[in-house]
Amino acid sequence: MKEMLEALRAASRQAIDEAVDLDALEALRVKYLGKKGELTAILKQMGGLSAEERPVMGQLANQLRAEIEAAIDRQRTELGRVMLEKKLEAEALDVTLPGVEQPSGHKHPMYNVLDQIKDIFIGMGFEIVDGPEVELADYNFTKLNIDEGHPSRDWTDTFYFTKDGRILLRTQTSPMQVHAMETKPLPIRMIAPGRVYRKDEVDATHSPMFHQIEGMVIDKGVTMADLKATLNLVVEKIYGKGTVTRFRPHHFPFTEPSCELDIQCHKCGGKGCPTCKGEGWIEVLGAGMVHPKVLSGCGIDPDVYSGWAFGMGLERLAMGEYKITDLRLIFENDVRFLEQF
Amino acid sequence: MDLSRKWLNEYVDLPLSEVGDRAFAEAMTVSGSKVEVTRDLSESIQNVKVGRIVRLEKHPNSDHMLVAQIDVGGDAPVQICTGAWNVHEGDLVPVALHNSLLPGGAKITRGKLRGVESDGMLCSLKELACTVHDFPYGEIKPAALLNDYHPLDPAKPSIPADIKAGDRVFGKVIAARVRSVAPAGINRWETVLDTGSGDVTMVVDCQNLHEGDLVAYHTGNGAVLTPEDLRAKQEEFPHCIPDGILILHEDCAPGDDMGMLLGLDDHVVEFEITPNRPDCLCMIGLAREAAVTFNKELKLHEPVVKAEAGGDINDYTRIFIDDPLCVRYTARMVKNVKIAPSPAWMRERIRNAGMRPINNIVDITNYVMMEYGQPMHAFDFSCVQGGEIHVRCAREGETIQTLDGAERKLTPSMLCICDVEKPVCVAGVMGGANSEIVGDTGMVLLESANFNGTSVRRTATALGMRTDASSRYEKGLDPTKTYDAVQRACELIELLGAGEVVEGVIDVLPQPLKETTVKLEPEKINALLGTDIDEGTMRDILLRLGFTLQGDVIHVPSWRGDVEHYSDIAEEVARFYGYNEIPVKFTGGITTAGGYSDIQQLERRIGGVCRSMGLDEIITYSFISPSYYDKIRMPSDSPLRDSLRILNPLGEDTSIMRTTILPSMLEILTRNYNYRNKSAALYEIGRIYLKRPDGMADEPKILSLGAYGPKTDFFVLKGWVEALLRDLGAKNVRFEAWKDNPSYHPGRCARVFSGETELGVLGQIHPLVAGNYGVDAELYCAELRFDALAAVKSGLPVYKPLPRFPSVTRDIAVVCDQKLPVGELTSCILASGGRYLKGCSLFDVYTGKGVPEGKKSVAFSLTLRSDDGTLTDDHAEEAMTAILSALKERLGAVIR
Repeated sequence: MKEMLEALRAASRQAIDEAVDLDALEALRVKYLGKKGELTAILKQMGGLSAEERPVMGQLANQLRAEIEAAIDRQRTELGRVMLEKKLEAEALDVTLPGVEQPSGHKHPMYNVLDQIKDIFIGMGFEIVDGPEVELADYNFTKLNIDEGHPSRDWTDTFYFTKDGRILLRTQTSPMQVHAMETKPLPIRMIAPGRVYRKDEVDATHSPMFHQIEGMVIDKGVTMADLKATLNLVVEKIYGKGTVTRFRPHHFPFTEPSCELDIQCHKCGGKGCPTCKGEGWIEVLGAGMVHPKVLSGCGIDPDVYSGWAFGMGLERLAMGEYKITDLRLIFENDVRFLEQF
Repeated sequence: MDLSRKWLNEYVDLPLSEVGDRAFAEAMTVSGSKVEVTRDLSESIQNVKVGRIVRLEKHPNSDHMLVAQIDVGGDAPVQICTGAWNVHEGDLVPVALHNSLLPGGAKITRGKLRGVESDGMLCSLKELACTVHDFPYGEIKPAALLNDYHPLDPAKPSIPADIKAGDRVFGKVIAARVRSVAPAGINRWETVLDTGSGDVTMVVDCQNLHEGDLVAYHTGNGAVLTPEDLRAKQEEFPHCIPDGILILHEDCAPGDDMGMLLGLDDHVVEFEITPNRPDCLCMIGLAREAAVTFNKELKLHEPVVKAEAGGDINDYTRIFIDDPLCVRYTARMVKNVKIAPSPAWMRERIRNAGMRPINNIVDITNYVMMEYGQPMHAFDFSCVQGGEIHVRCAREGETIQTLDGAERKLTPSMLCICDVEKPVCVAGVMGGANSEIVGDTGMVLLESANFNGTSVRRTATALGMRTDASSRYEKGLDPTKTYDAVQRACELIELLGAGEVVEGVIDVLPQPLKETTVKLEPEKINALLGTDIDEGTMRDILLRLGFTLQGDVIHVPSWRGDVEHYSDIAEEVARFYGYNEIPVKFTGGITTAGGYSDIQQLERRIGGVCRSMGLDEIITYSFISPSYYDKIRMPSDSPLRDSLRILNPLGEDTSIMRTTILPSMLEILTRNYNYRNKSAALYEIGRIYLKRPDGMADEPKILSLGAYGPKTDFFVLKGWVEALLRDLGAKNVRFEAWKDNPSYHPGRCARVFSGETELGVLGQIHPLVAGNYGVDAELYCAELRFDALAAVKSGLPVYKPLPRFPSVTRDIAVVCDQKLPVGELTSCILASGGRYLKGCSLFDVYTGKGVPEGKKSVAFSLTLRSDDGTLTDDHAEEAMTAILSALKERLGAVIR
């Protein structure tokens, strides 16, 4: 009987190892371990054994059963692994084929830049205000200390709606300074981006409609040092840390002292190159301390409050940022242009 | 404003060797005088030397060229071939040597001319970028050389080819042979002529005579004739031309650098001067800024006029200011004027400052303008009728021919300088040809006046002539300068010997000049700047700038009309303390919250939704052409046609403010279509401008969508609008067909509502409108009012528990009238479904086989669920029955 068991062990091991799929393996399980299987058939002959031999043979038979079961499990795992491998191989894709196209719209490049600037100022506690484009000359000029007879008031420079020159298209976002001072509680920290209009023919650098961002702070004890600190920070956020700035005197009727802020040319590091027209510096924005006359004209006591303001052109900033070479592209809205940003 | 560094040294000791271009530009820029660019004039001319012609021979292989041996200061002479005939042995000439550069960029190298080595080129005035104004003796007068005669018709020569000395040319004109030529002064030669019947010796002023030449000699008046005298065409004497090499009569020697001789050993700094600082539009003004910037002494000179002509100006003229636009009129008189070229130093300065030398009187007025910033004018006094000057506005119908030769119509707003009869000058703009300084002018009235800047600017603009004078006047000049300037001009006239100055100055000043004072308040200045500058430093800066101080009262100098307030004083202090020395320091103050307003957040959100659906953002002009309303078929009586109209537009296309955003979107769609872009899907949140009774505008924003392309149709567009409204949480959204919007396809246009709020319109653009834009494609647009979108946006969503029980789906198909909108079926189902109906979605609309003519089959998938337990079949059946009966009763839709 022991020989029979040994023969079965050898035969089953070989058969199980050679089983090619799960069905064959199941058939072998039935063949060896099933109710009518070969091991059962051997066990049925146990009756003919002596009382001493029976437990020994029984133990041998159980051991063999466990061995066969383990062999079947092992082979099942192995077959599973092989089958999975085959399946995965069959399922392999050309991953270089394009993905399913998803809709993706694009923000206008100029508004990308504008949003960047809005976020910078919001981070510093500024609010964003919006105002009329059809404006009174009073707000666009007079209250900003721009006299009658100033060249910017000329009909060759400004678009007018009334013969008396009372109503016009704003030529700058600076009237928003006046609106804010007249309507907002103090202190004020605001930026006012928007469309402005000047009588310039369209070319690579001019457009009769363009965009500016105005900014203003009015509070007690605001100084030019504060102006410098804030605008330096803004410039670093836009142009990157370590950007070198330079403040230089300039003239605006509604600020005094006035300045322009230059950044050192990033291309040549200030040595002078075609990008900065050899100057080593690139002009970024105009700013200054709000003129005390403007403050008092808006009902704010310049002995108690002071403020600073700045203005910058958005088109030029966006063109610089994205290396756009022609202003006309901004307003042309060709999708081949828009989809680049 | 161009500043010559060489000239600047006269006022401030700032040699180039001490302060280089970059250092100068940087320091001046940060103290407030912005430098645009600096030009090293010497770079424009290189390796051009003065040479002396030591030998001149005929070119062996040419009938008209000469070969010159020239001493240029080196060991051996250089050899240069030239085609010019005005050169002689001994002449000093400008020589462009091998590897030289001429102004204008021409590079000269060695070469061979008809086989003869030429080591460079001799230069004419033009090649040196000069004119006879720069070198008045450089004018060339050629004699007609009969040996250069080329008949127009070779068969019929006017002068025989074998003509010889003594032969008659015509009348009293005979041929004569040049025996010798010897210099006898500038452009003068003692010439011996063989007339065939004896020699004559004479002084000739034609430069092209050489031994052996044959000339046309007039036996009557003893003159050597020019081609012009012979009434010959230039091509008959092709080499006897009024052009040639510049023969130098300067204090120079062979080997000298021509650049130096031309005054090009100078650096010119171009400044951008802000309009509030007209005082910096002159040498003295910029010198003052430079002196303070570099902490140097400013050297100014007080003009001294001898006035030795006798008589008094008041004996000759009277001056009347009849209009307050003239603030001051100062004048002096000069007798026995001798018009001549200015000396080299003055021509050089005028040239380097960007102007052209003309003659001594004109140059002096320009020189003084550049030095003092005060424009001047010189009148030929003999042309001033009645000997009186009246400053008044032009009368209706008056005209003047200005110095540029143009006839100008004057209007009563234009201030003029007039004699008793007529205008002789447009005040501050340009003089009249009727009183122009000419060669024989004997008596000159020198004007140094101050006019209202705005008036000058408007006159100059109206006449379309912005001049050096008007561009200075228009910024408002210092009226105290008129006296100094006229004195300086007279001093220079005496210095140059250009005339004799008459005693006395007429100075008419109708209103006394006002002086501005400002209190010095150092603590206020420091508070504004955020600095801690001591008072002594402030005082020092102000004093060096020409302010005077009495205690704490600052007297503002007359030329600083821009300073009137303590904040202006703060700027003066800050400029020279250094803007970049002001600390960088946040001052704190009250914290403000900042951030986007609700409306701004909504705008960003809507933009985000649009982009997520694949729409690109556009920016369009706010102004349009009135004809665009016709293009979009806006009814002629539409109130939207009443747009704000720009009275001075750039052109018709940008002349009115849009009252509808549709034309802007259509223009961009059209442009993309014309660019052959296969598709476009665009959005803009833009304003429209609606006229208000007060003449101003309401400027509401509109969300504008627009698209075309193979994947675009009405339902794609509608899908965008639905997605947007879903994102906003708009409730009770419904679409109603709109047949009468003339811009849209009558069968493919809908109004969209949320509840009772009309949000806008969407649809396919009417083919006629598309046709007006030249587009042969289906265009889709939507216009949604931004304020309405904001109004229907729902607040924060409130969490609803997720369903705990399963739902069941029932599909139904009903047959109804083909014209019945599906929307009505949907509304009916939702209204009748009861509390278990949780959703209804359309999945098929079918007409054709199996459905009767005029009918359609519409299939919906309905979702039913109970919130309290698993839905029973009874409850589901109940709901379906209610729905089907409602469909049948209300809409005649029966189950298929």
